Amino acid sequence: MKKNVNVVIAGLGGQGVIKASDILSEAAFRSGYEVKKSEIHGMSQRGGSVTSDVRFGPQVLSPMVPPGEADFLVVLAPDQVEVNRGQLRAGGVLLAPDLIDPAALANRKSFNVALLGALSAHLEISAENWQAAMHSVLPEKLHAANEQAFAEGRRAAATRLQP
Amino acid sequence: MSLTERQLLSGDSAIALAALHGGVALGSGYPGTPSTEILEYLAHIGGKAQWSPNEKVAMEVGIGVAYGGARSLVTMKHVGLNVAADPFFSVAHTGVVGALVVVSADDPGMASSQNEQDNRRYAVAAAVPMLEPADSQEAYDFTLAAMEISERWEIPVLLRVTTRVCHTQAPVQPRAAVPPPQPHFEHDLRGRNLIPSNARPAHRRLRQKLSEMTEWSELTPLNRLVPGDKKLGIITSGVCFMHAREAAPAASFLKLGFTHPLPLKKIAKFVRSVERCVVIEEGDPYLADAIRAAGLNVESKPEMFRFGELNVDRIRRILAHDHSPEPARPPVKPPELCDGCGHHVVFQALHNLDCIVAGDIGCYALGVLPPYSAMDCCVCMGSSIPIGLGLRHVLPPAEAKRVVSVIGDSTFVHSGMTGLAEMIYNPPPTGHVVVILDNSTTAMTGHQEHPGTGRTLDHAATSKVVYEDLGRALGIEDVRVFPLGKDCAGFQQMIVEALASEKLVLIVARRPCVLAAKSIREYENRDKCATGCAAPEALVP
Repeated sequence: MKKNVNVVIAGLGGQGVIKASDILSEAAFRSGYEVKKSEIHGMSQRGGSVTSDVRFGPQVLSPMVPPGEADFLVVLAPDQVEVNRGQLRAGGVLLAPDLIDPAALANRKSFNVALLGALSAHLEISAENWQAAMHSVLPEKLHAANEQAFAEGRRAAATRLQP
Repeated sequence: MSLTERQLLSGDSAIALAALHGGVALGSGYPGTPSTEILEYLAHIGGKAQWSPNEKVAMEVGIGVAYGGARSLVTMKHVGLNVAADPFFSVAHTGVVGALVVVSADDPGMASSQNEQDNRRYAVAAAVPMLEPADSQEAYDFTLAAMEISERWEIPVLLRVTTRVCHTQAPVQPRAAVPPPQPHFEHDLRGRNLIPSNARPAHRRLRQKLSEMTEWSELTPLNRLVPGDKKLGIITSGVCFMHAREAAPAASFLKLGFTHPLPLKKIAKFVRSVERCVVIEEGDPYLADAIRAAGLNVESKPEMFRFGELNVDRIRRILAHDHSPEPARPPVKPPELCDGCGHHVVFQALHNLDCIVAGDIGCYALGVLPPYSAMDCCVCMGSSIPIGLGLRHVLPPAEAKRVVSVIGDSTFVHSGMTGLAEMIYNPPPTGHVVVILDNSTTAMTGHQEHPGTGRTLDHAATSKVVYEDLGRALGIEDVRVFPLGKDCAGFQQMIVEALASEKLVLIVARRPCVLAAKSIREYENRDKCATGCAAPEALVP
């Protein structure tokens, strides 16, 4: 990969925005990329808007994705799509919550990881590194449900990529 | 994961890892975004870390550690240093034996703070050296460097970080741990007793140290040149270095890591080496003012960029002299009180009664938002009780009798107790009503323990401050406890009675934070098992 990849993950406090960005940054780091992950926490714990920026590639300087420079915008809450759309560059990919059917998930709390699965269809990160990242970030009892969600998200994105 | 391999760490975690590898004997602090995770991670990786009731106490514990010849790390958010300023200024005069590293985590843009404050000013005011890391690797390296500087010049060091350094995860390559110094005590009565006859020579010694460090700052690799195009030179520090390099990749940089005392000769040489020189810094024009005061001609940002964080986009604007209005941020969903939070009942009652509410710092500051709109002020930690008293002293009786102070449990222990002393010492003619919102944790910053929870930083059982006992011991005649649930009418009735009594009333409104309740139950059950019931292992045949 010659260029950095910029990902913005957005949602509401309690939805697992930060956890998803932890997994993504860990997976990218294990793939040998330079990585920076930045977010604001604090008041956001109380149900407010949360965004997390993950940048990876050969060399990352600023930890924040400049406005209009995100390659991928991953959104967990429907009402957070429009407020964050300006983050995307022209031609960037939006992964919106309607991509995932919550009923298809073993545990609905894994919705964040399902969207990561959808994102994974677009990234040069191996399945092994994704799995290792999930295992390092999540407690063992959640591994199975999240692996199912990840696979479901990846399947949903692949379906959309090949109409 | 091994603690010595290259790993992704937040700036906060990197500071903690450096503290562990640098042999810090004790980390002390008070929780405050964005500094909180430093001590939590230090304890997590096997270091010794403690929450103190407030930052002043944490600083004083740290001074004792450093007087004892051991290494000390003291952590706080920017406003914490206001609370701890008294010992901070004085310990600069006395000096230390072991390292004393004070972390001030500033919050430009106020993601979770009551004010925007640039604590680089404190390094100048207290006359102490300051380091500003730009990322997690530097947070690690500079923490170790701060310990060396502190011990070499026997002086406290300010490690100034900001939200984007604290909360950004980036790779860190740790070094081998160094053996910690052996604590021991040496008397130094003249050096550490700041009576005027001792303090006068102490101030001269302090200025002599600063003078030596000024020479050193010209040579240290903490201040480094990044060669580039001579048409544009940028002088910067902290995370702004990262933003600025992305905004102007071809420029020459003077990247300052040791930012007090400043290397003005090195800066002068750099300024003269480039055609255009711009100072890029968040917050106050600290660098720009100092550099201009030295007679050097540099550009500084326009006033509009004093506010909020800088980023790549804003730095591009500064460099392009683009002073046009910036695009408005898209509206975000504001935070709110959680479902099931005990504070709902309290603010519903205060709203219903149209009370004049002196509030305080914590989750319950959200009581100011609709639907309750039931907080009239929120100034700083512990201010609710004295401000409520001041209002009571001057308002006409009909209004004075509606004044209530509300304060959270952690905030009360932090700096509410002196407010209660003021209340019994100078009682207003109409009495006063103080409500302690006891949710059994420091909720706002992510559920840290404090002296009122009866558990230490790592959730082990310890002695506990009991607010109702404390209130009675101080001489408050009417002390009540109200278990918060769904009974708003009951709570409202208690407030009505308390206000009508025109006495000094302390109400402890109690309900564990809904987000922390499960963990709190687990800690309590564990502690009960440790003293009473059979250990689970004993049940296994």
